[in-house]
Amino acid sequence: MEIIKTDVAIVGAGGAGLRAAIALAEADPKLRIALVSKVYPMRSHTCAAEGGAAGVIKSDDSLDLHFNDTVGGGDWLCDQDAVEYFINEAPKELIQLEHWGCPWSREPDGAVAVRPFGGMKIKRTWFAADKSGFHILHTLFQTSLKYPSIQRFDEYYATDLLVDDGRCQGFTALEIRSGEMRQFQAGAVIIAAGGAGRMFPFTTNGAVKTGDGMALAYRAGAPLKDMEFVQYHPTGLPNNGILLTEGCRGEGGILLNKDGRRYLQDYGMGPETPVGQPVLKTMELGPRDRLSQSFWHEQQKGNTVSTRWGDCVLLDMRHLGEKKINERLPLVRDLCISYLGMDPVKEPIPIRPVVHYCMGGIHTNVEAATPLPGLFAAGECACVSINGANRLGSNSLTELLVFGRRAALSAIAHLQSGQSAGNDAALAAQAQDSEKRIQALFDKSGGTESIAGLRQEMMDTMEAGAGIYRTGEGLAATCDKIAELRQRFAGIALHDKSRIFNTDLMQALELGSMLDCAEAAAVGGRDRQESRGAHQRLDFTARDDQKFLKHSLAHYHPKEPPRIEYLDVVITKSQPGVRDYSGAKK
Amino acid sequence: MSERQIQLEVLRYNPETDSAPRFQTYEVPCLNEWVVLDALNYVKDHLDPTVSYRWSCHMAVCGSCGMMVNGEPKLACKAFIHEYGDQIRVEPLANFPIERDLVTVVDDFIGKLASVKPYLIPKEDKPVSAGEYKQSPAELKTFKQYTLCINCMLCYAACPQYGLVPDFIGPAAISLAHRYNQDSRDGGREQRQEVIASHDGVWECSFVGACSEVCPKHVDPASALQQVKVASTIDWYKEHLMPWMKK
Repeated sequence: MEIIKTDVAIVGAGGAGLRAAIALAEADPKLRIALVSKVYPMRSHTCAAEGGAAGVIKSDDSLDLHFNDTVGGGDWLCDQDAVEYFINEAPKELIQLEHWGCPWSREPDGAVAVRPFGGMKIKRTWFAADKSGFHILHTLFQTSLKYPSIQRFDEYYATDLLVDDGRCQGFTALEIRSGEMRQFQAGAVIIAAGGAGRMFPFTTNGAVKTGDGMALAYRAGAPLKDMEFVQYHPTGLPNNGILLTEGCRGEGGILLNKDGRRYLQDYGMGPETPVGQPVLKTMELGPRDRLSQSFWHEQQKGNTVSTRWGDCVLLDMRHLGEKKINERLPLVRDLCISYLGMDPVKEPIPIRPVVHYCMGGIHTNVEAATPLPGLFAAGECACVSINGANRLGSNSLTELLVFGRRAALSAIAHLQSGQSAGNDAALAAQAQDSEKRIQALFDKSGGTESIAGLRQEMMDTMEAGAGIYRTGEGLAATCDKIAELRQRFAGIALHDKSRIFNTDLMQALELGSMLDCAEAAAVGGRDRQESRGAHQRLDFTARDDQKFLKHSLAHYHPKEPPRIEYLDVVITKSQPGVRDYSGAKK
Repeated sequence: MSERQIQLEVLRYNPETDSAPRFQTYEVPCLNEWVVLDALNYVKDHLDPTVSYRWSCHMAVCGSCGMMVNGEPKLACKAFIHEYGDQIRVEPLANFPIERDLVTVVDDFIGKLASVKPYLIPKEDKPVSAGEYKQSPAELKTFKQYTLCINCMLCYAACPQYGLVPDFIGPAAISLAHRYNQDSRDGGREQRQEVIASHDGVWECSFVGACSEVCPKHVDPASALQQVKVASTIDWYKEHLMPWMKK
């Protein structure tokens, strides 16, 4: 097996991975950097983020306000040391991106423009029309081309971490083009491989979002944190889950039920604000968890609109006018027309909540370090945790910049801390084992389980048991089902035995990753007997700070469900309080 | 659920076992609102797990799923079934070597993209602490359109010149260079000219305009190439006929 020796190896080349790579290259041009991704960098799902990135820049804003919005938005499950670091670094990172050429939208005087976003008390979301993630990703990718020390390994799928002497020293990865396994030997590893939204059937997430990075760390002994918190974005196209950015509401779009009522006023987010004059942290600019939950209640009451794609509510943007929609929301208009055949300039758009983001992920601290020495993580695959129980829109694009860079700095500090040379024989033996595991998939014949079939069963049980509202009974059933699916996963066989670009094999490995993540989410949810942020239990309807002002940590077991431990939340200055989105009533 | 039955003809090629590409036809029950990618996913999940193709976002922004649909370069996620008859043929993007089935080898494109220095080369260095560069909406507008390229390579598949002269840097890469050249914050045009005003650069373009016709994001690479040609011509005149003028 070919061995690639490098100083820092990064798994994932989306926003966080690219930001980490650039930070490493800038810190020391002599560092050898391997940037490894299962797709070409610009295919990464960062490209699909639309609305923008939050950072304090305007004179009417303050770091304290961003801190309070984030911590309250996260229902006090955020680690406040991490939030503090995040909000401090956020403006610097966004300016840095501006200096690298990101085409941020501008004010008439040439300053960077900001737009309102849900749960934010002040306008602080930097945006590039409604293609912010796309522009951030491409700016980072293009900037990364400046640095010869960043060696890319595009279309390589990481299969196992190599852990010896109590520290992570690399990983194995399949070159998808050839089917050959490579051993990446590294002084430090950064995982920046994105979320796991694909474990649900209806999601904004692209096909690549299969939790591979989370599963990679999890199987190697790093726990997954707060996996039960899964964000439903309130406004997805009903037929295929395509995201319509929160910017639609930031610019003044309103949500209506079948009677034309702005129903959010009935769920603690009123009183109603004038149409076209959005009020921050009120009504349509409430946080995503509350909005998605309100949809569920409207559905229970029979107030939703029946469509051929199921129950919907309406996102009305007509009053914004064609000019503003074209200027601020061109992608949204294009997506509605192309994929739904409806023009938001002319008619309200039916939408429904859609799985969007994993608040949970690989357990990291404020330094982006996991408990496994030598292993760091950043972006959606990590849980640092600035998002707590509910992420505020536009914090995640900033997060991947802030903690992508932070992971790089921590990796450098780890290299400088003077590690003894690795045991080459032990690492090679692990790499061989990893190769054998893949080979076994090729050698096996007559498997009775289908990959697509198991995947569908997983998605169905996640939607049934771990959706917007959950019950102990439903979650227990989902836990049982996932445990069963993990067992049956052993019964799959590849139909495709080719070594060359074998997507049957990729899908098998991705399914394995998703099952691991799904089990952590379901078990974490079953055991969390309270309602907080995006985790809402019909049988435990209140937040319980006595018992559950804690992070859950899921520890992997190869055959059994995960063991769940709890960890205190870091609270520095904001004691748990009431989340108030009642606007003018305040 | 089926509203329509289509025959999806998929180019199959596995270099390990096939001496030449062939077509395989699948009967696919479709909803009329589907895109070609949905039909391919149906094949993958229900009929034949061995078909290989790239895809991810399903919303025409990641640029993965470019392929020939009935002979035209398209994003499979934005090629609507209702715009086609009951027989749809999908092939890998033209002008690229086939890696396997619908997957092409894209090394050449990636190399060309990197060759044009597609990053901001600032006129003067400015620390982050000094805040953002000012850029008016009008200045942004001069290059915004060229930032929208998703690197899907449809323009390379459509470009007759790239088919004939593989060294041609091509529409997307030249548009990207032009994007940075036009950016009010940038001072790197001369460095990029060495590549894009070269023989393999903009002068290879025969201005057929096919690139702009197939672009799913309306980047209009042809206009970028035309502007680069005009600017390069002016450079030439300044240099040769008016040497006292600095370009």
